[in-house]
Amino acid sequence: MNEEGWPGSHTEGDMIIDIIISSLINGSVYAILAIGFSLIFGVARIVNIAHTAFYMLASYWIYFGTQTLGINPILCMLVAIILVTLIGLISYKLFIDPIREHEGAVLIGTIALAMVFQEIMLISFGGDFLGVPSLVEGYMKIFGVKVAYQQLLTFGVVLLVLAAVWALLLKTRLGLAIRSTANDREVANLMGMNESRVALITMGISVGLAAFSGAVIVPLKIVNPFMWMGPLIMMMAVVVLGGLGSIKGSFVGAYILGFAESLVVFLIPMGAYLKGSVALSIMILVLLIRPEGLFGVAFEEER
Amino acid sequence: MKTRSIFLSVVLASFFVMTISFPVWGAKTIKVGVIGPMNFMQGKGHWNGALLAQEEINAKGGIQVGGKKVKVEIIKADSNEFLNITDATNAMERLMTKDKVDFVVGGFRSEAVLAMQDIAMDYKKIFLGTGASHPKICARVAENYDRYKYWFRVTPFNSRYLVKVTLINLATVSGMLRKGLGIEKPKVAIVAEKAMWIDPMIKAIKANVPKMGMELVGIWRPSATATDVTAELTAVQRADAQIIFTIFSASVGITFARQAGELKIPAAVTGINVEAQKDGFWAATQGKGNYAVSLSTFVRGVSFNELTQPFVQKYIKRFGELPPYTAVTYDAIKHVLARTIEEAGTTDAEKLIPILEQTEYKGTGAPKTKFDKNHDLVFGPGYATSLTIQWQDGKMKAWWPNGWEGVKYDGMAPYKIPPWMIEKYKK
Repeated sequence: MNEEGWPGSHTEGDMIIDIIISSLINGSVYAILAIGFSLIFGVARIVNIAHTAFYMLASYWIYFGTQTLGINPILCMLVAIILVTLIGLISYKLFIDPIREHEGAVLIGTIALAMVFQEIMLISFGGDFLGVPSLVEGYMKIFGVKVAYQQLLTFGVVLLVLAAVWALLLKTRLGLAIRSTANDREVANLMGMNESRVALITMGISVGLAAFSGAVIVPLKIVNPFMWMGPLIMMMAVVVLGGLGSIKGSFVGAYILGFAESLVVFLIPMGAYLKGSVALSIMILVLLIRPEGLFGVAFEEER
Repeated sequence: MKTRSIFLSVVLASFFVMTISFPVWGAKTIKVGVIGPMNFMQGKGHWNGALLAQEEINAKGGIQVGGKKVKVEIIKADSNEFLNITDATNAMERLMTKDKVDFVVGGFRSEAVLAMQDIAMDYKKIFLGTGASHPKICARVAENYDRYKYWFRVTPFNSRYLVKVTLINLATVSGMLRKGLGIEKPKVAIVAEKAMWIDPMIKAIKANVPKMGMELVGIWRPSATATDVTAELTAVQRADAQIIFTIFSASVGITFARQAGELKIPAAVTGINVEAQKDGFWAATQGKGNYAVSLSTFVRGVSFNELTQPFVQKYIKRFGELPPYTAVTYDAIKHVLARTIEEAGTTDAEKLIPILEQTEYKGTGAPKTKFDKNHDLVFGPGYATSLTIQWQDGKMKAWWPNGWEGVKYDGMAPYKIPPWMIEKYKK
C-alpha cells in the first residue's frame, strides 16, 4: 500500500472500468433530479429548493406503503408520483405562486417549505434510518465489476424517463409552449400563451420527476428526514455547472460530476469523503472560465 | 368600582408570582430530568429506560429518603443534539430553571454533552451520563474536581477502550481465518466514515495490524452520510481484502452493510457499526446486513447478571424493540441514584457524591458498575466490557467476550464467516 492508501494490486484497466460504471450510475441519479429542477427554473424562474424534499416525500410514501400498508411496490411508486405531484401543485398554488415575482422570496419560501416537510416526516416517522426492499435482488458482473440489478434497473429507467422528457419538450405542443416560455416569458405571453398555466404544468412535471426519482432510487438510499439535503447540493451544482435552465446542460453536468466523484473514490480512497467537495470545486472552476455554465445562455445575451 | 379592580389586579398578580415561584406545588417528588434526542432511537432509549425505572420505584412507594418514601418524577427534555447543540443547552437550562430538577440523566453526542455538562455543573446538579464516550468529559473531573464532581458516566465506557476491544475482535477474526481457511497473513481493509473521533482510532489500528501478523491493503473514508459506497466496495474487493474493519456511527453503516451484502463481498467483517446495534438494522438493510458486526450492550438472551434479561424482556414487551445502550438510564435511576439516596438518606448532592465514588453498583448493562477517580465507568473483567455482536440470519448474536480474560456471559454464540467467503477461500 502506498502513502495514499491505494492498493497495489489494482490494475489501471480495471480501475477505468470501475470508474466508468460507477460514474454512469451516480450521474443518472443526479441527472433526473437536476433536469426537474432546471425545467421549472428555466420556465418560471423558480429556484425550488424544496425540489429534493419532494423526492424525500416520495421515498417516505414508498416506505410507508410497502412496509406498513403492505401495498405492491410498483403500485406504490405510481401512487407516490401522483400523490407527491399533487402536494407539489398545492404547495405551488399556496406558497410559491403568490410570491413568484420575487425570486429571493421564492428561494427562501421553498427552503421553509422543505424544512416543514422535513419536520413533518421527523415527527411522523422519527429520525431513524429506514430502508425499502429492492425490486430486483442480486447482482451481475460487468467487465469484472459487481453491479446490483437494482442499480442497473434504476439506470435503465432513468434513461427512459430522460428520453420521455426530451420527447415531451421537443415533439409536443406542450413542449413547445414550455420551451418558448423558457426562452422569453414576455414574448410567449404576448403570443397568447397562458404563461401562468404553463408554469403550473411545468411545476407538475418538475415535481413529478422529483417524485419519480424518489420512488425509483429509494431502494438504493436510506430513508430519513434529512435525505433531501445531500442530493440538493449536488443537484444545484449540476444545474449551475450545466447552465441554469438548460436541460442539456443538466444532463451533461450530472455525468461530469458523477465521474468526478468516482474518480476521487478510486484515486484517493483516504479522501473518499471529499468527493462532494471535489465535484463542487470542479463546478467553481468551470464557472470561473465560463460564468454561464457549460450550456447556459450568457447573462448579457439574456438581458 | 376602582378599588375593586385594583384589588382584583393585586390578587391576580399575587397568583402569577406564586405560580412562577413555585412551579410544582408542594414539590413532594424527586425530580429527574431525562435529556436526549427524543425523536431518535437514542433519546427514545433514554426516556423508555427512565420510564420503567420510575414505574418500578413508584410501584414500591418511592425512594426511602430518611424516614419517608418519596416518589420519582421524570421530566422529558428533548436536546435535539443531533441537529443543534444550542437546542441541547437550552433544554438543559430549562430543566434547571423552569422544571427545577434534582438530578439529570442522559446525553448522547459528546460535543453536546460537554456543553450540557457545564450548565448542570453551574447549578451543582448531579448529571449521570448515559450516552457520550469522549475521554474529555471525564477528564474535566480531574482537571477541576470542585466544579465537575457532579458528573458521573454510567455508560458507555471511555472511547479509548473502543480501540482495545475492536483490536481484540480483529485478532479473533484473523485467528479464525488462519485456522478455518488457511489464510496465513490476512489482508485488512479499513472502511471508516469521516469523523473526528475516528481519526485516532485509525492511527492505532494502522499501527497494530502489521504487528498482529496481518497486511493493511487500504483505508477508505466515505462520508458519514454517503448513500452509495459501491465504488469503495469495488476497490476493497480489487485489493483482495479478506477482513473489512468498519468504523461507522452514522447512516453510511447501513449503506455499507446493505451493499456489501447485496454484492456478496468475500471478506469477514469486524469493527464498529453503530446502526447495527439497533433492532431496525435488519429491516433498514432489507436483510442484506447479514454478518455485520458492532459493539453493543443489550442482546436478547445474553445476561451480564440476573438483572439483565428481566429488564430486556420487559423493555421489549413494553416498547416492541431491544433496548439501546442509552436505556441504561434505567440503571442510572433505579440501581445507582435510588440506592445512593437511600443510603445517604438525603437528596443533597454533596452527601451523595462520596457514596457514588465508593460504591460498587449492580445494574443491567454490566456485571458490576463502578466509577474511577475521574467518575468514569470502570472497564474490564467483572465490570463493563460491552458485547461484540454479529447479525446472523436476521438475529443479533453476541460473540465476544467469550472467554476473554475468563469473561463468559450466558447466551453467547460463535462468530460466523460469510459463506461466500468460505466458498472463495476453502481449499
